[in-house]
Amino acid sequence: MNVPSAWYLILAAVLFGIGATGLLVRRNVLVMFMCIELMLNAVNLTFVTFARMLNDVGGQVDVFFVLVVAAAEVVVGLSIIVAMFRRRAAATADDIHGLKG
Amino acid sequence: MDWAVYLVGAAMILTGALGVILLRNPVHCALMLVFTMFGIFLEFINQGADFLAAVQIIVYAGAVVILFLFVIMFLGVDRKEAIGAERLRFQRPLAILLGLVALVEILALSRVDHWVSGAPAQSGALKGAGSNVAKLGQSLYTGYLLPFEMTAALLVIAVVAAVVMSRRHQPSAGEMSPAAQKELRESHQSALSASDPSLAGRLEAPSE
Amino acid sequence: MGGDPLFAHGLSLAVWLILLGKVVAVFVIVLVSVLFMVMYERKAVAWLGVRYGPNRAGPNGWLQSLADGTKLLFKEAFTPRTADKWVYKLAPYLMLVPIMIAFSIVPMGGEITIAHHTTYVQLADPPWGILFLLMASGIAVYGVMLAGWASGSKYPLLGSVRASAQLISYEAVLGLTTATVVMVTGNASGFGDALHTHAIVAAQSGHLAFLHWNFIHTAFVSFILFTIAITAEMTRPPFDLVEAEEELSGGYNLEYSSIDFAWFYLAEYAALVTNSAILVTLWFGGPNGPTVFGHSIGPFWFAVKVLVVLYLYVWVRATLPRLRYDQLMDLGWKRLIPFALAWLMIVAGFQVTNNVSGSGFGHWLAQKAWGFVAIGAAIVLAVLFLRAVEVGGGASEVETAQQDRLAPDGREVARRGGTP
Repeated sequence: MNVPSAWYLILAAVLFGIGATGLLVRRNVLVMFMCIELMLNAVNLTFVTFARMLNDVGGQVDVFFVLVVAAAEVVVGLSIIVAMFRRRAAATADDIHGLKG
Repeated sequence: MDWAVYLVGAAMILTGALGVILLRNPVHCALMLVFTMFGIFLEFINQGADFLAAVQIIVYAGAVVILFLFVIMFLGVDRKEAIGAERLRFQRPLAILLGLVALVEILALSRVDHWVSGAPAQSGALKGAGSNVAKLGQSLYTGYLLPFEMTAALLVIAVVAAVVMSRRHQPSAGEMSPAAQKELRESHQSALSASDPSLAGRLEAPSE
Repeated sequence: MGGDPLFAHGLSLAVWLILLGKVVAVFVIVLVSVLFMVMYERKAVAWLGVRYGPNRAGPNGWLQSLADGTKLLFKEAFTPRTADKWVYKLAPYLMLVPIMIAFSIVPMGGEITIAHHTTYVQLADPPWGILFLLMASGIAVYGVMLAGWASGSKYPLLGSVRASAQLISYEAVLGLTTATVVMVTGNASGFGDALHTHAIVAAQSGHLAFLHWNFIHTAFVSFILFTIAITAEMTRPPFDLVEAEEELSGGYNLEYSSIDFAWFYLAEYAALVTNSAILVTLWFGGPNGPTVFGHSIGPFWFAVKVLVVLYLYVWVRATLPRLRYDQLMDLGWKRLIPFALAWLMIVAGFQVTNNVSGSGFGHWLAQKAWGFVAIGAAIVLAVLFLRAVEVGGGASEVETAQQDRLAPDGREVARRGGTP
């Protein structure tokens, strides 16, 4: 018996909410990044659910692209954090302004 | 059977997500993120997106989170996070409230079903004969070719950006900073004018 | 072919029992192979070095691995004070479990029928079968990384960082060469099935016996690249600087003892057995081989091929010196990945022209001419590329020598001693 799509959409929405809350609450930059990854995974789940609902493979292709863009974003974001760490050994989001100039 | 897989996957996702936002040590958070991704893997398989499920583990859990762990280990960010001073007084309760608002908003919006206008478009049928990979490949390399090439370029750009941003600046042979050049020039000039006083007035000031 | 015919008629009790039986059988096969391999490696390395191997425990020493296991079990199991307890306990299992599970996609024979249910002689045949190898390799990296970090001391951390960098570098080559095999399989047997390991093996069967094997269909190069990459992925010699006692005093499993160390040891040999089996599946046709009196003896040929590959690994261990870390990274990123990518494109060209239909000399020439041109171009490009890398390495050496002579503010300093 198939699980109705609504259950997947609710799960994805809850995951997105948890990720958004984590992003707003945590101060460690790396954990904030991980919360962004949670939100991206929620979006992926939504895309796949809609692809199944609407019988369209485009949803799965979009997940592909989200995956690639997320990987690229993590690469650039982590190199920014590494550059930030060269200046000061602190890891809160408040210190990013130190990269200015 | 589908329900059993769904519930196990959902349990893994929710446990992992709560672990990511609640645990103190970033390495533990990264491991809970991997746990979440395995839950998403199960949900993808349950919906028939099997290639995407495998790619999710290979790329996300097998490369991206490892990158996270590398940065955490190299930079020693595994100290406990300071839960102390916060600039806004009510930041934490407000943040939780905003998260809940986001969740409720999404759920409310999902009940609206008059979003689209016009005829429904379809990139390719998903169900039917043939394997998931074949259909995905057909769609990706014909209909979505331009985004595919653009993401390839994006990956190259990201790699170049990472290399440029994280290398240390090595002075190449003969490179001198302007301050050092000025100092060298003045020390030469003072040495020359000290050895030959007649030159004192004739050494030109450097043009700026 | 859609998948294992065991599941074609729904899930009944018989199906569950057969599945359980297969799980137990695969588990036993992996464990016994590992025990055998531990013993065989020591014996064979010894024979290749003109000396006796272990010959005290049991008849001619064949119970040595059992003796080793028992000794390890009786050692004191401690946890370092600065270790992260949960992750310290978890790390060996993160390395062991994916590798043992990865054996489930290996096809060991054709079909057998038990109690009116026909099933493949492999544990699972999912539609994304061969990707499971890449997944297992990716998760095994976690075991290595977390083992070093969770030990809470410097040398294991250094060892684990180097080891995990090595592992993820060679995963890319694995993926590219696997993609080559999948492409060849898809062209031979229909594009939808190419990721089933059963289909990969079936596409390598045919009248001309071993001439259908992927070893030949991808023109040897992909096989060589895959073998080098999988050897590095298992941290087997000559890529075993991870275990180099002279450099790291033990590596990532330094702070582990007793049963946890036994799990790491087991994981290493389980990886050897599993990856050899997958190598045989992808490149040597798995259970393909001559039939005996009309019956196919797939599992026997599979075992023979895996044993040959295992001996090759032991032979390489006894023969080749270890690669230095920078040589290893250089090999993976600068030589193997471009080569694998270029060969993927060349094999793609082969497949496209092989699909040119029609008979007659003109068509045959069209099919094969691409092959010759492609191989010639590949050789020329490879030589040019390697030359470029050599020249680039020489130039950066000159620049480093210049930097030695000039300090950042332009004054001359004495050359550091030694050659540049």
